[in-house]
Amino acid sequence: MRREFDSMDDSERLVAQVQRSLASRTPLRIRGGDSKAFLGRAVDGEELDTRGHRGIVSYDPTELVVTARAGTPVAELSALLDDAGQMLPCEPPAFGTAATVGGAVASGLSGPRRPWSGSVRDFVLGCRVITGQGKHLRFGGEVMKNVAGYDMSRLLAGSFGCLGVLTEVSLKVLPKPRERRSLSLELNAAEALRELSAWRRAALPVSGACHVDGTLHVRLEGGTGSVASAVDRIGGAGLDTGFWESLREQRLPFFDDPRALWRLSVPNNTPLEALPGAVLIDWAGAQRWLKSDAPAATIRQIAQSAGGHATCFTPLAASEPFHPLAAPLLRFHRQLKQQLDPHGIFNPGRMYADL
Amino acid sequence: MSFQYDERLDGPLPTHDKAALVAELGALLPDLQLLHATEDLRPFECDGLSAYRTTPMMVALPERVEQVQALLKFATARNVPVVARGAGTGLSGGAMPLEKGILLVMARFNRILDIDPEAGTARVQPGVRNLAISQAAAPHGLYYAPDPSSQIACSIGGNVAENAGGVHCLKYGLTVHNILKVEILTIDGERLTLGSEALDSPGFDLLALFTGSEGMLGIVVEVTVKLLTRPQSAKVLLASFDDIGKAGDAVAQIIGAGVIPGGLEMMDNLSIRAAEDFIKAGYPVDAEAILLCELDGAESDVREDCDRVGALLRTAGATDIRIAQDEAERQRFWAGRKNAFPAVGRISPDYYCMDGTIPRRELARVLKGIAELSAEYGLRVANVFHAGDGNMHPLILFDANAPGELDRAEALGARILELCVAVGGSITGEHGVGREKINQMCAQFNSDEITLFHALKAAFDPARLLNPGKNIPTLHRCAEFGSMHVHHGALPFPELERF
Repeated sequence: MRREFDSMDDSERLVAQVQRSLASRTPLRIRGGDSKAFLGRAVDGEELDTRGHRGIVSYDPTELVVTARAGTPVAELSALLDDAGQMLPCEPPAFGTAATVGGAVASGLSGPRRPWSGSVRDFVLGCRVITGQGKHLRFGGEVMKNVAGYDMSRLLAGSFGCLGVLTEVSLKVLPKPRERRSLSLELNAAEALRELSAWRRAALPVSGACHVDGTLHVRLEGGTGSVASAVDRIGGAGLDTGFWESLREQRLPFFDDPRALWRLSVPNNTPLEALPGAVLIDWAGAQRWLKSDAPAATIRQIAQSAGGHATCFTPLAASEPFHPLAAPLLRFHRQLKQQLDPHGIFNPGRMYADL
Repeated sequence: MSFQYDERLDGPLPTHDKAALVAELGALLPDLQLLHATEDLRPFECDGLSAYRTTPMMVALPERVEQVQALLKFATARNVPVVARGAGTGLSGGAMPLEKGILLVMARFNRILDIDPEAGTARVQPGVRNLAISQAAAPHGLYYAPDPSSQIACSIGGNVAENAGGVHCLKYGLTVHNILKVEILTIDGERLTLGSEALDSPGFDLLALFTGSEGMLGIVVEVTVKLLTRPQSAKVLLASFDDIGKAGDAVAQIIGAGVIPGGLEMMDNLSIRAAEDFIKAGYPVDAEAILLCELDGAESDVREDCDRVGALLRTAGATDIRIAQDEAERQRFWAGRKNAFPAVGRISPDYYCMDGTIPRRELARVLKGIAELSAEYGLRVANVFHAGDGNMHPLILFDANAPGELDRAEALGARILELCVAVGGSITGEHGVGREKINQMCAQFNSDEITLFHALKAAFDPARLLNPGKNIPTLHRCAEFGSMHVHHGALPFPELERF
């Protein structure tokens, strides 16, 4: 059964608003459900609301591709895929019911399956975008392989609307795994990372691995045989599969800690030096959530010396949300912004002060 | 139609006194090997698209990153175009030299710097061969997944520049999905680190932008790739069909049933016969089409999937289904497919390999269209197809020594690519635009989109010194090519109704 959802092409209004802003040099604050508005720097601009531009443009499960307008709620897209036995493997967090597909791609956040499945940008195949020239253009497409021209659509993933307004995205989707089991084991963090490393070498079908409060939570997905034998090998107690949604949506008790929330993205085998606060390890070690009152510079230094970076998920007056860029890299970011958004109307300052 | 750089259409290039440049560069970098005598330049006249040759002004063969950096700074200061080249196996002329440019050969950067089995990564220089990475990782039970058919020779720097694919893309992704970090030099010699050893990095996703940018934005000097654990088991099924449409439907049914094969390849009768004649793979020469379906993973999952796929193939009307009984037979089944290009090379003096992608549901219509075009142009076409991900490799058979055949082959190729675009596909799935498909870019993108591509380029190389004339056509070229120009909004393709 295919569900019916609201569908409306509101692109003409969006293009007209961008063109007006270009004419009057008025900055725009692009919004979908505003579920990730807390992330990044505040944008002072006229609101451009993508939510009216919504609906599934095309979906053929046997092609493994879905195309949705930017304002389509993520929840609707997920329900549609679920009905067809498919999913967005990168599990973008929604942070509420209002999240839109455009916002999920523009913020580029991925859920617990990311180390094994790939990130949101890995699943982007194509997009339509309103540019800094007020044009409504199309890049990439609905095919798995496409190397014609520069990869504009993947560049836009995670660009927080600073390079243009996404109006439509085509995403690769995959079948849901045939079998799924979740387990929990009482282990300390160092033991947990050692076990995960051994399981990786043994090619166990792990698709989620989170350590918090002395417990390792593991998700196994694959064929019935491989999952059953991995369950036998790992042992531990059964875990409600709802855990992974609570983790993705930051609803676990860990996230109630009143201190600021930091995300450290580091190589998965980064040693566990004492971080200044409470730590939740996700992505089998590659993503570490930190609740801390320590100065931003201290936290950033720790992440950077491990070869990673730190993002502050709690709006703080004392800190930039995103990790500072090396000077040469920042120069090319500015040049890119200048080329694609010469009048600086798209979410100015959302990522960095002068972007 | 010529693929030579045409200053009238592709933009003027700065002209220099060659002897003076050679002398200056020699004085600046005395230990850099520089070739400039005509006979020394011959081996570098073309890449894998060997029908088209240009003698470069000079060839630089650096061995250290500092030499590359100094050379780029020199090129910027003196306004000299630079074309980067890896192993020279590219099929779209992406490394075709310029008479007025320096050819920068990165092949001597061939060291594997580090393999970290714990992290599952390898850090390598750009000239390292694709297969050499997997060989070096093998003792740890690891491998590098993207496997273009040239993997024995092609280099990882070129793989990044082209976003190379292979037969396992549907399940394991392209180059862009399997690299973590690249170190690049911009045309002004600035060294940038894109990506990191973590799974993401702050700022815009420049790693994605650079992957597949065909040497137009910067020069890759180091790559960190992701290594995967070798699957426990791999089985391959060979299914025969008496109708190519039925084979296409079978592919849709396998994927619709929730199975993602490690590889899923289709060949038509002409390719089957050519391959069988060459390799003796045991292919059924009477079949209209065969499907090769490889299932890999944990042993029990592979068994489960084999049963499921076998049943689906029977329902879809396969006339014969065989499972390779041992590793030797599995290798033999694949050898036929992997040698399909040289096999076709044996039945025709020359062949021209296309690389269009299509939504799979359009397969029957596109194959019918290709058959009609083949008749119209009087040239045979053999079809080899990465069926899982919609990437077609029609091989146009021709004889370059027969007057007019090369031109006819090119014209037929252009029509096939336009057909791919018309059904919602792309002119290139993995070989790149290079010089070869520069005109078809005007069919896939409208002038505003091409203008945006030029803006992206200008952010990194405003003087357009890196690989000018490749990948993105000038608007002037598109205007000249305009009779075939199809805008997205103007679909359907005027000729589509005939198919």
